[in-house]
Amino acid sequence: MEKIELRGVKKYFSSKPVLRDVNLTVRKGETLAVIGRSGCGKSVMLKHIVGLLKPDDGKVFVDGEDITDLPEQQLYRIRKKFGFLFQGAALLDSLTVGENVGLGLAELSEYTPEKIKQIVTEKLAMVGMEGIENYMPADLSGGMKKRVGLARAIAMEPEIILYDEPTTGLDPIMADTINELINYLSTELKITSIVVTHDITSVRKVSDRISMLHHGEIIFTGTVEELDTTGNEVVIQFIEGRSEGPIKPSVKKYISDDEQRIRFNSKKRVEGIFQ
Amino acid sequence: MTKLFRLYTRFAAGFADSIIRPFYNIGDVVVFLGKTIRTVPNIPKSLGLIFDSMLEIGVRSIPIALVISIFAGATTAWQANYQLQEYVSMRYLGTAVSKSLILELGPVLTGLVVAGRVGASIAASLGAMRVTEQIDALSTMAIDPIRYLVLPRVTAAMIMVPILTIYSVFFGIVGAMFVSMYFLGVTKGIFIVGVRHYFYYTDIMVCLIKAFIFGTGLSVLGCYYGFKTTGGAEGVGKAAIKAFVSSAIFILLSDFIVAALAF
Ligand SMILES: Nc1ncnc2c1ncn2[C@@H]1O[C@H](COP(=O)(O)OP(=O)(O)OP(=O)(O)O)[C@@H](O)[C@H]1O
Ligand SMILES: [Mg+2]
Repeated sequence: MEKIELRGVKKYFSSKPVLRDVNLTVRKGETLAVIGRSGCGKSVMLKHIVGLLKPDDGKVFVDGEDITDLPEQQLYRIRKKFGFLFQGAALLDSLTVGENVGLGLAELSEYTPEKIKQIVTEKLAMVGMEGIENYMPADLSGGMKKRVGLARAIAMEPEIILYDEPTTGLDPIMADTINELINYLSTELKITSIVVTHDITSVRKVSDRISMLHHGEIIFTGTVEELDTTGNEVVIQFIEGRSEGPIKPSVKKYISDDEQRIRFNSKKRVEGIFQ
Repeated sequence: MTKLFRLYTRFAAGFADSIIRPFYNIGDVVVFLGKTIRTVPNIPKSLGLIFDSMLEIGVRSIPIALVISIFAGATTAWQANYQLQEYVSMRYLGTAVSKSLILELGPVLTGLVVAGRVGASIAASLGAMRVTEQIDALSTMAIDPIRYLVLPRVTAAMIMVPILTIYSVFFGIVGAMFVSMYFLGVTKGIFIVGVRHYFYYTDIMVCLIKAFIFGTGLSVLGCYYGFKTTGGAEGVGKAAIKAFVSSAIFILLSDFIVAALAF
């Protein structure tokens, strides 16, 4: 059964197309990795799934319900199914780490403060961050914020978790720990997940299926085996991480100072001849 | 010469634009206010947040409001003395000073001070939350950001700006009394008789109504421009400016409207 479905989603930012025609389904209980180049619209796509952004065209379904045009108040009901790890963690910087992780529980549940405290400690321990409840977010490193953000995303025990680059900024050992956690949540708690990532190791480790977003469309969806045997040049180039191939990185070739001086001098010499 | 003229017209156009621009958003602001009003039933749930905002908006604004009101009162007394001395008995000095403080200077100066100190800071802090996706994070946690961030600030301003205004008026009158006693040769007794003479409770009501409207306006505008912030740190700075400029215009405009309706 489909837990999440995007059907023909289009999104423009001031007439610049970001999502051209995104069709994506996520099955109940699976972990879908979404890969794609930086700036291709992965975070934008995730925000459509929780209704933070509205598509200019197309539809978004969660549990078979069309959420595309739901008013804000109705959306809160849908959002209770989700945990969302933001790319920049998005911790509230007026609250301590502990208050951040427990915020949803404090505002929406009937739990006592002691119970909430206990859950917060437990979730922080799951991301390897026990004992930092009283820190302020501003005092944490980028990777630590990410993990607190993750603890906050899982604190409400949602049915679906959307991870926006969960392992970016973490050391390889911690990255692997987080991959283990994603797997644990998926296999033990049957949580449906979307993992947006550039980290191919992580992709292989956590995903049941992989989709690649490119030029505003999903150009590949398949299992890890299918990823390894695909004939799609764009996908191959991406997972092998080469700068040569059908994707042309749009950066100027680096020219050293010496070379620049030589070019400049020879140009002057040529101009000299013509004068 | 034509160049100078062109420069002048461009400046004038820019100036007019900056005055008119806040009015473009009136519809938007009203919708935002409507959304805020819809969260009012949640006030009991947000008492802690409201209390924090009351501290920030009200209590921490007392020192600046105090300094400004004492000087405003002192200056008003000095100038009223200059204006009245030829024609009117000094018995009316207290009357003139207290009337202008209660009806005009108290609410307007307090409103402007709070707009600068609090309105702009609300816009900046909510703007920073907007650009770092903290507001989006609240939404995805199914916590209505308007309920969590806007309702407490607006409620606190509605309560605290009138209270601050009463403080300001009181200390303004005290400032005026000291100037009268020590520089203008009007005794304390005569000054106080002047204040009591023609003292109407309706004046206090008008003063409080103005303060309430100013507090509501400046906090709603601060929150509105904070929520609308785009464009990183630079956008945050712009949001603070827009919040202050539009609050100042709002305060002066609504001051006139209330005065015209009341008298
Ligand atoms: N609010 C916005 N306004 C205008 N343009 C936006 C906005 N949000 C995103 N974009 C544009 O949409 C494109 C996709 O952005 P997005 O953040 O989804 O990229 P991404 O795939 O997540 O990249 P990365 O891997 O670097 O995080 C970018 O070109 C960005 O400039
Ligand atoms: Mg992204």
